[in-house]
Amino acid sequence: MRAVVGKVLYLIPVLFAVTALSFMLLKLLPGDPAVNILGASATPEAVETLHRQLGLDKPLIEQYGTFVNNALHGDLGRSYQNNQPTVEALRQRLPVTLELLLMSQFLALVLAVPIAIRAATRPDGLLDRISTGVSFGFLALPPYIVGVVLVLLFAVQFHIFPATGYTPLTQNPFENVRSLILPSVTLALAEIATYLRLLRADMITTLQEDFIMMARAKGMSPRRILWRHALRPSSFSLVTVAGLNFGRLIGGTFIVEILFALPGIGELTVQSIFSTDYLVVQGTVLLVAVGYVLVNFLVDLLYVIIDPRVRHAASSG
Amino acid sequence: MLPLPVDIPIAEAAQRRRRTLGWMFWASLGWVALIIFLAAFADLLPIQDPNALRSASNLGPGIDHLLGTDSLGRDMFARVVYAARVSLTVGFASIAIGLIFGGTMGVIAGYYRGRIDKVLMAIADVMLAFPALVFALAIVTFLGQNLRNVTIAIAVISIPGIARIVRASTLSFAQRDFVLAARTLGASNRRIIVREILPNVAIPIGSFSFIAVALAVVGEGALAFLGLSVQAPTATWGGMINDGRSFLQDNPNLSLIPSGVLFITVLALNFAGDALRARFDTKDAGL
Repeated sequence: MRAVVGKVLYLIPVLFAVTALSFMLLKLLPGDPAVNILGASATPEAVETLHRQLGLDKPLIEQYGTFVNNALHGDLGRSYQNNQPTVEALRQRLPVTLELLLMSQFLALVLAVPIAIRAATRPDGLLDRISTGVSFGFLALPPYIVGVVLVLLFAVQFHIFPATGYTPLTQNPFENVRSLILPSVTLALAEIATYLRLLRADMITTLQEDFIMMARAKGMSPRRILWRHALRPSSFSLVTVAGLNFGRLIGGTFIVEILFALPGIGELTVQSIFSTDYLVVQGTVLLVAVGYVLVNFLVDLLYVIIDPRVRHAASSG
Repeated sequence: MLPLPVDIPIAEAAQRRRRTLGWMFWASLGWVALIIFLAAFADLLPIQDPNALRSASNLGPGIDHLLGTDSLGRDMFARVVYAARVSLTVGFASIAIGLIFGGTMGVIAGYYRGRIDKVLMAIADVMLAFPALVFALAIVTFLGQNLRNVTIAIAVISIPGIARIVRASTLSFAQRDFVLAARTLGASNRRIIVREILPNVAIPIGSFSFIAVALAVVGEGALAFLGLSVQAPTATWGGMINDGRSFLQDNPNLSLIPSGVLFITVLALNFAGDALRARFDTKDAGL
């Protein structure tokens, strides 16, 4: 319980720092932020209105307070390009990014877990050596290389999957999945390598435990021992890392969304950067950063709750 | 007879195996050295102007153009080499900056422990709480796109991770007898850090730095791919990969060549770092 309270208390300064950084971004712009946001051709009246809106004449602390208050009330300003409220744009695009994240995580785990288990049963065996070598290579392959190669193979050479575009789930579930296969595989490759190495190492340790020998002595089938007895105690760090990886993957989704023209948060951010739509950029950065912090927090919390070892260490320490 | 004499040759063999870095390590180092050499002396070597639009476009590899030409008729080999300048400058400079700041944070936190350790690590945690690419994106967007700002962005991202690793490594040495001996002899904290701790910490951190540089190169590539690194017409690997995407049907080389070079460079850096770590790994390094 104390560990949980500690983590909640820890969340406060982190959230403060993340929101303050997002807030300060506009201050980094050289010159008058209002002119920067509205563009050089803005009328003095428009600049004056935005000045008041952003509260630029007030002290910094108060400006920050207004920013957080507005954000909590769902007001992150409007795009100066199309006058759409930033929050609305984010709401439209969030499902695409989330679907991409979930699908790539699912793919990564579904592929990594069985291979890791097989490899761990024979350390230094053929499968182990191949999978270790291949995953070392995967780790050196950023999504902008994997994605391009996959498009070249599966969209340009063989027209199996679409190279770009997105079909909403509500419109056509089959096409939706099809349009997300290449993007999720692109993201999943590096994850597969990470999960594989992690689970393999933990699994090898677990398989040397006494209770595995006990299970074997009782005549249990190897498959049952591996999946029912060894997997669970070996997967704590996998679960943690998989959870924390959601944050790391967010960076990857930016690349993948641009590469495959998926209308997600990342695409919105990059488009807004190019059209110098700074309030939208600030909004997306805030959403992604706060989301990242909260997901990490939840994973951390879950870890304390799930793993009895951590729970006991925390309450006795 | 004690089994000792039998054990010694086995232990020695195991040790000897660990002491050789293997040919893959030297091949990796060779590749990185080659890229550094080409990038550093590109102006002096017989390499064409990377931005000259002289020849026919989309030529295949040949004698005039080693790796062919791009969609605007620019020499691909020259562009790959000049792009290496950006990648390597950002890669090494950002990690050097990261080592100075993150390293100082880590050594202080690990050596003095206590409250300063808590404060410094809290700062590092807060920095890690920001998604890396988004952070870099934001810095470059709001500060402006140029080599300096890209380097700063990636350096800032690298600081918390380096601080944590240096701290862990410092912790493992700060309690050792030789530090105690130095303290008993009346050495000041500063002297202990500089003369006793730093030389020991430098070895594991050195091998980690290779991997950190690889990550920085990948990060610069990501920014460049999104069009947010150094601006065109300056060649960058990420930028070239992105530009080539429009021509995947007709001339996939435009994307594949810079992809291949970046991949091999990152792989080589990872491999070199990994081999060095395995070579110098002592039990304490796991702390």
